[in-house]
Amino acid sequence: MSEDTLNQPDLSIGKKFLHIHWFFVLLICLTAGVGVAMLYSAANGSMDPWASRQAARFGVGLVVMILVALVDVRIWMRYAYALYMITLVLLVLVEISGTIGMGAQRWISLGYFNLQPSELMKITLVLALARYFHGGSIEDVDRPTYLIIPLLMIALPSALVLRQPDLGTTLMLVMASGAIFFVAGIRIWKFAAVLLSGIAAMPVAWQFLRDYQKQRVLTFLNPESDPLGAGYHIIQSKIALGSGGMLGKGFMQGTQGHLRFLPEMQTDFIFTMLAEEFGMMGGIGLLGLYGLILVYGVALSLRCRNQFGRLLGMGVTTTFFLYVFINIAMVMGLIPVVGVPLPLISYGGTAMMTLLIGFGLLMSVWVHRDVMIGRRGGDEV
Amino acid sequence: MHRDSERHKLFSRRAVMLSGGKAVLLSTLVGRMYYLQVIEADRYRTLADENRINLRLLAPLRGRIVDRFGDPVADNQQNYRALLISENTRDLDYTLDMLNQIIAIGPSERKRIIREVKRNRNFVPVTVRKNLNWQEVSKIEVNAPDLPGIFIDVGQSRNYLYGQEMGHILGYVASVSPGDATGDPLLELPGFRIGKAGVEKTHDLALRGSSGSSQVEVNAFGRVIRELNRQEGQPGAEVTLTIDLGLQSMVSQRLAGESAAVVVVDVKTGDVLSMVSTPGYDPNAFNRGLKSSEWHDLVSNPMAPLTNKAIAGRYSPGSTFKMAVLLAALEKGVITPSSMVFCKGYTQLGNAKFHCWKKHGHGNVDAKMAITQSCDVYFYEIAKRTGIDRIAVMAKRLGLGAKLGIDLPGEKAGLMPTKRWKRGALDAPWHQGETLIAGIGQGYVLTTPLQLAIMTARLTNGGVAVTPRLTKALGGDVVNPDGKPTGGFENLNLPKAHLDLVVEAMSDVVNSPYGTARKSRIKDTTHAMGGKTGTVQVRRISKAEREVGVIKNKDLPWKERDHALFVGFAPVHEPQYAISVVVEHGGGGSSVAAPIARDILIEAQRRGSARSGNVVGQRSVGPKDKVEQG
Repeated sequence: MSEDTLNQPDLSIGKKFLHIHWFFVLLICLTAGVGVAMLYSAANGSMDPWASRQAARFGVGLVVMILVALVDVRIWMRYAYALYMITLVLLVLVEISGTIGMGAQRWISLGYFNLQPSELMKITLVLALARYFHGGSIEDVDRPTYLIIPLLMIALPSALVLRQPDLGTTLMLVMASGAIFFVAGIRIWKFAAVLLSGIAAMPVAWQFLRDYQKQRVLTFLNPESDPLGAGYHIIQSKIALGSGGMLGKGFMQGTQGHLRFLPEMQTDFIFTMLAEEFGMMGGIGLLGLYGLILVYGVALSLRCRNQFGRLLGMGVTTTFFLYVFINIAMVMGLIPVVGVPLPLISYGGTAMMTLLIGFGLLMSVWVHRDVMIGRRGGDEV
Repeated sequence: MHRDSERHKLFSRRAVMLSGGKAVLLSTLVGRMYYLQVIEADRYRTLADENRINLRLLAPLRGRIVDRFGDPVADNQQNYRALLISENTRDLDYTLDMLNQIIAIGPSERKRIIREVKRNRNFVPVTVRKNLNWQEVSKIEVNAPDLPGIFIDVGQSRNYLYGQEMGHILGYVASVSPGDATGDPLLELPGFRIGKAGVEKTHDLALRGSSGSSQVEVNAFGRVIRELNRQEGQPGAEVTLTIDLGLQSMVSQRLAGESAAVVVVDVKTGDVLSMVSTPGYDPNAFNRGLKSSEWHDLVSNPMAPLTNKAIAGRYSPGSTFKMAVLLAALEKGVITPSSMVFCKGYTQLGNAKFHCWKKHGHGNVDAKMAITQSCDVYFYEIAKRTGIDRIAVMAKRLGLGAKLGIDLPGEKAGLMPTKRWKRGALDAPWHQGETLIAGIGQGYVLTTPLQLAIMTARLTNGGVAVTPRLTKALGGDVVNPDGKPTGGFENLNLPKAHLDLVVEAMSDVVNSPYGTARKSRIKDTTHAMGGKTGTVQVRRISKAEREVGVIKNKDLPWKERDHALFVGFAPVHEPQYAISVVVEHGGGGSSVAAPIARDILIEAQRRGSARSGNVVGQRSVGPKDKVEQG
């Protein structure tokens, strides 16, 4: 270990700033740039109403991301549980007095913006789990009783979010947590057992789904059964994608999107529009960009010398992956429509902020990669 | 430290496994993209185009119909409608209130408009009022700023310039009915009209033209974004009739008030120069839409204005049939032109007495005299000698009792009885008395005015089997080349001597002092006409009545009066025009029908109706510069 890295705990703000992985930031900016361009196209070649606002939000988010990155990773660890608890309380508050919108109670109005605790939970749950598993040895992790607390940490917010009801977010919370369990070293047979019992419990779970959620699943299984109703989105999305072909119809030339056959093209179905206008090449290009971000996310996490940072990094990366996969698989008709936006591209502030805070944490992990943290939280020298 | 590095290793291993899993999932996305965007691309491209491209048919302009000299008799008129697009109104009620000040909109009409507006998307035009007159159009245009959402749309509607005179020939157009569908997508256009009668029906396909199309891009709500491609249709072909409009108008006026039919043909070409059936109807009324009272009047009128009597009216030919009987007898050789038959006013067959129209008889008559004076006894005698079947064959050769194939719908065949026919149709044997009755053109024999005119043409053109035609040219292409007037027709191979005898006799009917139609002769000998009168009883004259004296026509109710017939031709020295006149319940052929024929033949010769005229679109092949050099 070099002299320099050993001195890391005492890095000045300026040094930290330089240590930010700027290429990674560039990748994020590039992706957001693609998003702004697509929103420009979605508005028929206009910065209004989406592209300009999205760019402004990204600017704010970028600043937040840098600020988060500059905060010492140990501080994040110290307040991980507290942040988790606050988010959980907010979720309960939403449950009690949330504004009714879109048939689901999801946000708290804070004047300037609407706070969506379920989005925040995607980050704070990762923080809390990372902190929990940071404190556990390999032997601890093998003990089933050791897993009761983290399972409760997942179950509480998941149940609240499912009640909202928000199936997409619930899935993301569970799956991101599963990934953290996985990299934390839980035995693989345990995952298999959970998976199998999950499949066995599916008929029971079906009873708990709301009618519209059942409808989405049924429609997914056979979209042509209701071409003008619930199946319309998936069918039109596939038509848009397919008609884009290899090279696409050209920027702002997508007929499906611009003639409004494609629903919600500025939000959940923006990937469809991109693939219609830029074809499979455009789609692969964007996937490549996402792939690079994921690769760097993993690489940055692996390089970290403390378990908290590694788990946090993988957790954030996995959350990001889930956004990408669920959204794209959804618009291509591979999974039911669950209302997950395309990260950094879909119009909307909440997911953008969640992701940028997440990336800020990942960056903080990277900046403070050589910090040693003891299992009880203190510096391990 | 050691424990931690072990944990780090486990972490790294698991992280790589997790990333591998993610990579696999991302690859499925790429695979799915490949499937949708490469393998299935064509299918989805088609689906996307089906989504966005609407094909809209453009109705072609219906072809004009012109007379033989190119004067239009049917064309298209611009037709104005007021439409409303609700998204352009600030307030639907306000716009309708304002419009109400210009054209009155009743409460029920207003309800209909509001209902249609609600039923359609707000950019779909809704018809407020059809068939606006010019004054209403200009008022709406002037007040346009106060009428947001209202605009005037111009359509085309069929216009018949000489409706009453030409109605039976032209027919009319009307909306497509379910039975009409023949696969032409044009027929599915709302408001598209097709020919339902007359020439409009015969030449409907040619007149219709072919549809154009406009490919428009629409959005998910059906709003038209832009036109992608436009192909203009082919307007319908112009139909040139053989009718001389001037003659047609004159004939119509001459027949006004009668229930009558007249057909004038060119004896050499079969061109129908005039065909009138009165009373007529105005096809424009069908376009506008008939009121039920108007329709009732048309249908219940005993003079049957909707029937074209010239081709669909079936009449006993009466004495106009005698030329056919004479030719049959001459051909069979049962008489010679100079054979004499004695007429004592009646003839006896078994117990039955067959009367001549002249109570005290004509004395000795030969063939020519028999025609000239229309002696019935002579024809009873030669019909008996010839037999019904031979008469029927001759009549058919002259064009009677079978469809002539004129290019109009609704032609009737008439009837030429034979022994076999009677056995088949009535299941009864033929009686000789019926042959005698047929010999004077009564009994079962039924002919149409068109057949009588064609018979006269064939008798006077040297025995050429001309057939009638009403269409001179289609889209400028001459249907039957002029110049070779009789080239295409079959010769009936009737001996010239027989035909000359008939023509001379018919000339005498009008021009000799003994002729039945001498009062109607044309004094100018270059235009003199020949012909044959016919008077057909429509009631039975009882023995008792005959003894007291037959009741005069003018003393009978209209329905029981005789039909007056006349067939004629002119000029006598070189026949050009043949005519048949039938006046239902008109009285005597000589007193009623012959004067009509005279007036019409004078007019036809004065006008030169048979001139070939200018066929529109017919190009002269000779180079112009040659003419200039000459």
